[in-house]
Amino acid sequence: MDFSLLRNIISRYCVGEEIWVDSRTVYIGHKEPPPGAEAYIPQRYPDNRIVSSKYTFWNFIPKNLFEQFRRIANFYFLVIFLVQLIIDTPTSPVTSGLPLFFVITVTAIKQVGDIVVVKEDETFPCDLILLSSSRPDGTCFVTTTSLDGESSHKTYYAIPDTMAFRTEQEVDSLHATIECEQPQPDLYKFVGRINIYKDKEEPVARPLGAENLLLRGATLKNTQHIHAVAVYTGMETKMALNYQSKSQKRSAVEKSMNAFLIVYLCILISKAVINTVLKYAWQWSPDRDEPWYNHRTEHERQRHVVIRAFTDFLAFMVLFNYIIPVSMYVTVEMQKFLGSYFISWDEEMFDEELGEGAQVNTSDLNEELGQVEYVFTDKTGTLTENNMEFIECCVDGNVYIPHAICNGQILSAASSIDMIDASPGGYRREYEDLFFRALCLCHTVQVKEEETVDGIKRGIHQGRPTSFYISSSPDEVALVEGMKRLGYTYLRLKDNYMEILNKDDEIERFELLHVLNFDSVRRRMSVIVKSSSGDYLLFCKGADSSIFPRVVSGKVEQVKARVEQNAVEGLRTLCVAYRRLSESEYQEACHHLMEAKLALQDREQRLAQAYDIIERDFVLLGATAVEDRLQEKAADTIESLHKAGMKVWVLTGDKMETAAATCYASKLFRRTTQILELTKKRTEEQSLHDVLFELNRTVLRQRSISGLSVDCLDFGLIIDGATLSAVLKPNQEGAGHGNYREIFLEICRNCSAVLCCRMAPLQKAQIVKLIKASKEHPITLAIGDGANDVSMILEAHVGIGIMGKEGRQAARNSDYAIPKFKHLKKMLLVHGHYYYIRIAELVQYFFYKNVCFIFPQFLYQFFCGFSQQPLYDTAYLTLYNISFTSLPILLYSLVEQHVSMDTLKREPSLYRDIAKNSLLRWPVFLYWTCLGVFDAVVFFFGAYFLFDNTTFTSNGQLMTTNTQMMFGNWTFGTLIFTVLVFTVTLKLALDTHHWTWINHFVIWGSLLFYVIFSLLWGGIIWPFLNYQRMYYVFMQMLSSGPAWLSIILLITVSLLPDVIKKVLCRAMCPTATERAQDHQKLLPGSVADVTPLSFCRSCKGTSADSSHLHLGTAESLSLCRSDPLPQKLLAHLAEGGGTDLCPLSPYMLRLSGAGFAYYAPGPETSV
Amino acid sequence: MMASSYNAKEEDGHHSGASSGTGVSKNKKPDNTAFKQQRLPAWQPILTAGSVLPAFFVIGLIFIPIGIGLYVTSNNIKEFEIDYTGVSSDSPCYNCAKNFTWNTTEPCVCTVNFTLHQPFESNVFMYYGLSNFYQNHRRYVKSRDDRQLNGDLSALTDPSKECEPYRKSGDVSIAPCGAIANSLFNDTLVLYYVDSNNSISEIPLVKKGIAWWTDKHVKFRNPAGNSNLTLAFKDTAKPVNWAKPVYELDPSDPENNGFINEDFIVWMRTAALPTFRKLYRIIQKKSGATPTLPNGNYMLNITYNYPVLSFDGRKRMILSTISWMGGKNPFLGIAYITVGSICFFLGVVLLIIHHKYDNRNTSADIPS
Repeated sequence: MDFSLLRNIISRYCVGEEIWVDSRTVYIGHKEPPPGAEAYIPQRYPDNRIVSSKYTFWNFIPKNLFEQFRRIANFYFLVIFLVQLIIDTPTSPVTSGLPLFFVITVTAIKQVGDIVVVKEDETFPCDLILLSSSRPDGTCFVTTTSLDGESSHKTYYAIPDTMAFRTEQEVDSLHATIECEQPQPDLYKFVGRINIYKDKEEPVARPLGAENLLLRGATLKNTQHIHAVAVYTGMETKMALNYQSKSQKRSAVEKSMNAFLIVYLCILISKAVINTVLKYAWQWSPDRDEPWYNHRTEHERQRHVVIRAFTDFLAFMVLFNYIIPVSMYVTVEMQKFLGSYFISWDEEMFDEELGEGAQVNTSDLNEELGQVEYVFTDKTGTLTENNMEFIECCVDGNVYIPHAICNGQILSAASSIDMIDASPGGYRREYEDLFFRALCLCHTVQVKEEETVDGIKRGIHQGRPTSFYISSSPDEVALVEGMKRLGYTYLRLKDNYMEILNKDDEIERFELLHVLNFDSVRRRMSVIVKSSSGDYLLFCKGADSSIFPRVVSGKVEQVKARVEQNAVEGLRTLCVAYRRLSESEYQEACHHLMEAKLALQDREQRLAQAYDIIERDFVLLGATAVEDRLQEKAADTIESLHKAGMKVWVLTGDKMETAAATCYASKLFRRTTQILELTKKRTEEQSLHDVLFELNRTVLRQRSISGLSVDCLDFGLIIDGATLSAVLKPNQEGAGHGNYREIFLEICRNCSAVLCCRMAPLQKAQIVKLIKASKEHPITLAIGDGANDVSMILEAHVGIGIMGKEGRQAARNSDYAIPKFKHLKKMLLVHGHYYYIRIAELVQYFFYKNVCFIFPQFLYQFFCGFSQQPLYDTAYLTLYNISFTSLPILLYSLVEQHVSMDTLKREPSLYRDIAKNSLLRWPVFLYWTCLGVFDAVVFFFGAYFLFDNTTFTSNGQLMTTNTQMMFGNWTFGTLIFTVLVFTVTLKLALDTHHWTWINHFVIWGSLLFYVIFSLLWGGIIWPFLNYQRMYYVFMQMLSSGPAWLSIILLITVSLLPDVIKKVLCRAMCPTATERAQDHQKLLPGSVADVTPLSFCRSCKGTSADSSHLHLGTAESLSLCRSDPLPQKLLAHLAEGGGTDLCPLSPYMLRLSGAGFAYYAPGPETSV
Repeated sequence: MMASSYNAKEEDGHHSGASSGTGVSKNKKPDNTAFKQQRLPAWQPILTAGSVLPAFFVIGLIFIPIGIGLYVTSNNIKEFEIDYTGVSSDSPCYNCAKNFTWNTTEPCVCTVNFTLHQPFESNVFMYYGLSNFYQNHRRYVKSRDDRQLNGDLSALTDPSKECEPYRKSGDVSIAPCGAIANSLFNDTLVLYYVDSNNSISEIPLVKKGIAWWTDKHVKFRNPAGNSNLTLAFKDTAKPVNWAKPVYELDPSDPENNGFINEDFIVWMRTAALPTFRKLYRIIQKKSGATPTLPNGNYMLNITYNYPVLSFDGRKRMILSTISWMGGKNPFLGIAYITVGSICFFLGVVLLIIHHKYDNRNTSADIPS
């Protein structure tokens, strides 16, 4: 018992989540195994509750403190608090505001090992192993929409030995144990084994995989009921594990915040040191140290001088500790948390088709959206719709086109190839049959027969209007549908037999033996079927690069040519091959697969090995081409990102030609773009070294020639996976040749667009990492929709997932998820921009207001004998950051809009104004700090001279008319504090550009609150306080005319420099943002008229030659108008052919032309 | 003050899409409210040279007259100050200062003569001023017990720890406890007018009405339950440095005795700066046309009880009239004049800039 617990604990806390080697044993129905089988070790499992919030009621205080202490300010905060508790300090321990916490508890307390009955349309309460189902074949259908967004029905399988169980008694008679791995978050991985004990027989072991595991959160469909046994419960379910382990990304703003904090910490310490030293210098004479009127206690006197000095130092630290705005962290946290709602509330980012809007998975990175310099985007499903349409197939060099899409224009370039309409003949017939059958069989498509399905629908309009094909891969659906148009209809999978309706309306049945699932590393999938004639056939389809090396015969050359031709046109190509297996070969394959599937550990690796052995010696059948259209407004979005100064990289696994065509269509590469090629083809001719240096020279020369017009002339780079890994490989030739990596980065820096094709998922992450680590440390953003983009999404500073058709894995692992690529524009240009300026102001303002707050207190020490006498009352010290000045800045940081949303969208170049963390750079920080010091000096010495009579020797008190009474030190402090609160609040009011009624309410409200609080605080003798120092102080001050006059004067003087600075900067050297503000003011509301002008204004490279300028205008015009301008685009194309500067192969030029011609009529080029 | 344009963005009723969506999408669709879409109508002011410029002129035009008014008023206030510490040997109080000991039974008296060259009209306020006296030292400021001073009986016999080392005298607790009370200013100042025929007449000094009303009537209370102050304070000791106990501060007037003695209350309001003055007495305006203090010779009689030389302090006596804006303080007037002029000047500068740059900007904005 103890041992098991210990082991559990160790495995849970000491081992990383990914490498839990330990397994657990579950006793079904809590029945012990027969004696001798294994010792019965009852384990303790968590109850079935999921707490998905950060804090609960119980762990709030420790966990919150822990979270706080993780920060750089943590230690400081703790020290101050302890010092306040231990020594005699001028201020009392102060609490910060309460952060938000909420608890969502789902209660369904169940114990592990219990057998659960789930009925149709019910949601599984925990992770379950399917024992039996109401369907005779032991399967059940499940949708996992709430888990991964896939709306298709997935089939799960019961264990063969138990699938016959029908009644509860039968199920109850089951005697078995389940061994499985300890819980881990991967939804699609499960490794386990069930041992079934039958009377007096050897226990039977069966493998359990992800296909047996029903996940909590999924819903049972099309199945009346199931029996299942619980394996993971509560916080251990895969769903719960996925709630946790969010990325620990930190934004650039937070980094500068921490840097500022260190500066302030230094200021604080030096202040305390200076004061301590001065104190001891000043009180060197005993008459000052202890005048007759102010003796120490005996106890104090006996203390050693060193201890006294140290205590004094600490007391000064406590007195000045408010300069480090601890409440800033709370405010920043709240700002991020509340502010992120605006993203999910945004109606413009809501997609009607998907029925979902943007989704925020972490609010820590909101402002990072305004800092993006590099955008890495996936192609399929991100730039393109992932809405596939079957275009053609090529069987042994013969092209087949479904009549519906027959379009001679597209194929004009391919006229050399015979066009036949599926006419049979000779040996062709055999290949053709095999090819079509291969495509009908080699897939994981399901047939759905209901009309009313949520999510993606695809009707089969011929024959049966009520059935749909559903698959997690749109390519497969397109292929199966394409086959249907060519005469071969996939009907269904029934009892492991796949039924096909062939051309002659006969039903063919194939027994499905094995499915070798698709994965992005292998880039292919296979099925093994047994035909009615008893042949074992292996059909495989996959990317050409993963098929061709495994092909032994077939018309490789023709197919290859056709595949390349199609890729040039931007079509997605797949190759199809088959292999005939003999009985013995099949048995061997079976053996490999079963062995791998039964393994508890390294199952993935073993499966991959088994697949590798089985998938070889193919006979090539042909290739298919599927069209994937660009997403709506993808080109417009990319253009905006370019204008905003971002570099866009497309990372794709597709072929270079396909990808390049998409890039042209999406305006990533423009007519003027010079294409630099760094591909395998080229490096085979020259050495990598030479190519790199040559490209580098080209880039540098162009830059020096064009000089002024750098902005308008851009380069595009195309690199493929193989070359990339060569570039990134550590240089073996020694340091003499320099590092390729550096040269490569240098080239990339000068390219506004880069296309990386043929990338493996991990390479995508590598690229992101490479750019992240380059010497400018740019902020990167990765956007993708599929599982293969997850690695780069996690690697980039900001990861964005598209809620695509290939499941939710990318969206789940991302920081933000959006429905469409076009939403990226608003996300970055509007939300990101807003969040950045908001948080930048928040950070700067917080430091500023605390300097204003604490610096007078520092100055006061020079006038009170360095005795740590606080200037302000304790209530003021405590409430300053919590209530008097906190709400206005919080609200500002939530709703400020310095420029209207429309302007931001219209003029992406405004994004450059905030690039490189420009509002939080050191000069800006210095300005704010100086402003704070200036204001503090004004407050203190203003009050000082008011309390001072300059004509005669100083006097400490002021007299008022109506009462002729004296003011003491608390009035002095209150006067300064009043000026302080009004000044910092009005300073924020001056910075606010967007006054909604809430701003008015909060700003004037918080000033009013201060006045009312002060009146109340001084109005009563508070019975629970043992001092009444503030009694009537505020009222007495307000009843004095000079106090009013001086408050007004001091506020004016404090605000003056900032106003002047703002006005002068705006007049002398306005930024683009300020110009936009002016413009917005001049022409309120008239959006459309402004656009062309503003584009010109924002273009800094106006000195470029006139054709460029003309082009820019034309482009922007075409963007603004709603009607498409195909002629204009064609004209671009013609001009594009004339650019002879490009070191581009003729091949590439032709390609670009094709890309344009092909995409011109599409809806994506017009806005 | 700021340029403004009301930019009220109407909510555009985009409800067409909602009907087409299924039940799920309807639920998830964000509300089309102005707040959630960040389209609340807003006033969008921008600080430009053109818009700020009038504000500067207005501030200048308001501040300068106020400043002049303040300055003139301050200058009309008459103030007279005399240092009677007795540092130099020719000063009348030199001996008193030099021979000071705490345990004298016979108080040292010295007399300072001075001349007022101008008559002081209306009410004249008499202050004592101390320099280099750190009433704002932290140890000093907190060394008091407001409960005790408020008449709390338990605090009377058991004062707050903050009063240490002036909390107990032997075993008896001190009332009022603490360093502030202990160091109560106890010089007695008497003012005489010496008229032209050398006859000396004492000027009546009013000792009430010098403290805040709320302090005297609410914050400071004698111990309750006993009208006889001697009995009320019977279990307490006098502060160490006091000559007489608290209930003998002003035996002549029970309303000004004990904790509610106004001299005591004034002293208990600790000064903000080490050099300060505190109100001592008020010389009421005489009826008729005669000035309160006519010009001529005066004699200040000081009972010298308060030592300041040990910490290099100074003692002063100040006579001052007041105006609507309080005591003499030219700083505020000068500051107002200065700030007003600067604003006016900046207004002019901005006017030039506005003309120069605004033209340039607008011409640059419009492409040929």
